[in-house]
Amino acid sequence: MSAPPLLSVEQVAVQIGGLVAIADLSFTVAEGEVVSLIGPNGAGKTTAFNVITGYMRPRDGRVRFRGQDLVGQAPERIAAAGLVRSFQRTSIFGRCTVFENARMALHLRGRTGLLGALLRLPAARREEARLQEEAWAMLDFVGLAARADTPAESLAYGEQRRLGIALAAAAAPQLLLLDEPAAGLNPSETAECMALIRRLRDRGTTILLVEHDMAMVMRISDRIVVLNQGRVIAAGPPAEIREDPDVIRAYLGGAPGWESAHAAA
Amino acid sequence: MSAVPGWCFVAAMAALPLVLPDLYLLSVLTSAGIFIIGAISLNLLLGYTGQLSLGHAAFFGLGAYASALASLGFDIGIGFGLRLTLPPQPVWIGFLAAIAVAGGFGWLLGRLAFRVRGAYFVIITICFAQVLRMVALNWVELTQGPMALIGLSPFSLWLPGQGVVELYAKNQTYWLVLGVAVLCFLVVRQIVHSRVGRALVALRENETLARSVGIRVTHYLVIATVVSAGIAGAAGSLFAHNVRIVDPDVFLFIYTVTMVIMVITGGKGTLWGPVVGGLIFGLLPDLLRGAAPPEAQWIAYGVAMILLVMFLPRGIVPAIAALMPARRPGRGATASPVSQEAP
Ligand SMILES: Nc1ncnc2c1ncn2[C@@H]1O[C@H](COP(=O)(O)OP(=O)(O)OP(=O)(O)O)[C@@H](O)[C@H]1O
Ligand SMILES: [Mg+2]
Repeated sequence: MSAPPLLSVEQVAVQIGGLVAIADLSFTVAEGEVVSLIGPNGAGKTTAFNVITGYMRPRDGRVRFRGQDLVGQAPERIAAAGLVRSFQRTSIFGRCTVFENARMALHLRGRTGLLGALLRLPAARREEARLQEEAWAMLDFVGLAARADTPAESLAYGEQRRLGIALAAAAAPQLLLLDEPAAGLNPSETAECMALIRRLRDRGTTILLVEHDMAMVMRISDRIVVLNQGRVIAAGPPAEIREDPDVIRAYLGGAPGWESAHAAA
Repeated sequence: MSAVPGWCFVAAMAALPLVLPDLYLLSVLTSAGIFIIGAISLNLLLGYTGQLSLGHAAFFGLGAYASALASLGFDIGIGFGLRLTLPPQPVWIGFLAAIAVAGGFGWLLGRLAFRVRGAYFVIITICFAQVLRMVALNWVELTQGPMALIGLSPFSLWLPGQGVVELYAKNQTYWLVLGVAVLCFLVVRQIVHSRVGRALVALRENETLARSVGIRVTHYLVIATVVSAGIAGAAGSLFAHNVRIVDPDVFLFIYTVTMVIMVITGGKGTLWGPVVGGLIFGLLPDLLRGAAPPEAQWIAYGVAMILLVMFLPRGIVPAIAALMPARRPGRGATASPVSQEAP
């Protein structure tokens, strides 16, 4: 691990109202890794995502992405830098079709501005055709091409979750943050979701994952960071985390079989 | 939606003065056309970004005053013993000035107001129009206040072989307004069917998600306000040179309300909505003038509005579109509807 990390979260502290949501959070993600951020409900995982992607300002600490400090930057700037997140609560453009959703999510892959739009110059037309191709490619990638003309809100729940991931991954960010992608999915959908994450990784996307399905986390992660009550209590490869007494205690007061306890969060 | 029916409609409207040379009808259609342009501009904001501008008459009025002042010329003191003078300009310069001035104020308002959205935006736009009305009433040296700017020249066009022609005839003004309306419609259509338009719709539908995929909120909302304001300014200029007089009442709330009603009944967020709504609410009051006393008419409109909102909450155009078979753009097709059908 000598290469500088892609993402480094350094001593981040977050206060929401009077409540300390994150007391002290530090971890790194190296290029090409799948890192999971786990912890019981309310541990501060989503809050960490909000800080990293610019939706919340930390009281303290830094977030560096390729060496550049992200704190204080707007979410859209951070996305443009190559860091995109998905949302824990399904977030899609509900009234638009699946295809339109994909095209909107490809915003960063285009450059056409007002003038180009008005004049429809050849460059703008070419870009439009390319974005259309990329939208189809994205929908093929996540297996939603057959649903292209369906309004996103009419998709089945599992398909909506997949569309949510597709929107975040569409513009091919360097680092993809996924907030509980498998939440509420049945076992076969969860398996599909895991396969999708693997294919994203194989495409060269670095992934930071928040997930309660421990079987999935253990199988897919290169490293795991465990958060409890706003603090990191353990970090390391899955085999180490599985045996860590602090982790086991945090999850179920030491009882065995804790990995299933949160599977249905 | 295919472009063929649209162009047929334009051709029919263009042929109308030749088929039916009724001067009264033409003048009613002309002023309806001017408000349709205003409604088209409002729709870009209200329909595609979801921001309700209840001061839209401000841009309309700014355009009217800018155009009138440029064509009349002015000579005013600006303090420190300095004077600002502009000799009278041709009307087309006034028309461009109207677009520029309204667009410029649109930019200012966009920068200020989009830091606060939703209800605050609505309030700021209302205040904006009221302040401008006060200025128009009280800056007598420039605007003549309540005495109004009078004696505006009609529009003029340069026509090959004929030089500059003043458009005194009703049918000429009608064609001019039709031409500008088509142009404004096309401007909005180009924007809506582009990456910029998709960004606007994305912001309207889910701002948090839109930001997460890199869509710059203020940037796109300001673009929409500037274009919207510029088009409203063009409408104001047409208005001024059509009635040939501009007074502070162009900033009245009722003009904004008229445009809002046109957009909502026609169908906000659809390209044809403001045209359909504008034709209905631009023509009915005048065409029914002889048939029923005004009081009865207003009650009828009120009832019609309530029924429309109850039974066609998304407006007339989406309701009709829902009856037609959906077009499925196949793979490799070059055009695909950007969520025009979304309310
Ligand atoms: N907007 C908010 N307002 C008030 N408190 C909040 C807010 N967001 C988070 N919190 C609090 O901050 C703490 C961390 O919440 P966070 O959502 O980050 O947890 P999490 O680890 O994502 O939990 P879960 O597994 O349930 O998603 C919790 O105590 C939560 O109640
Ligand atoms: Mg969470």
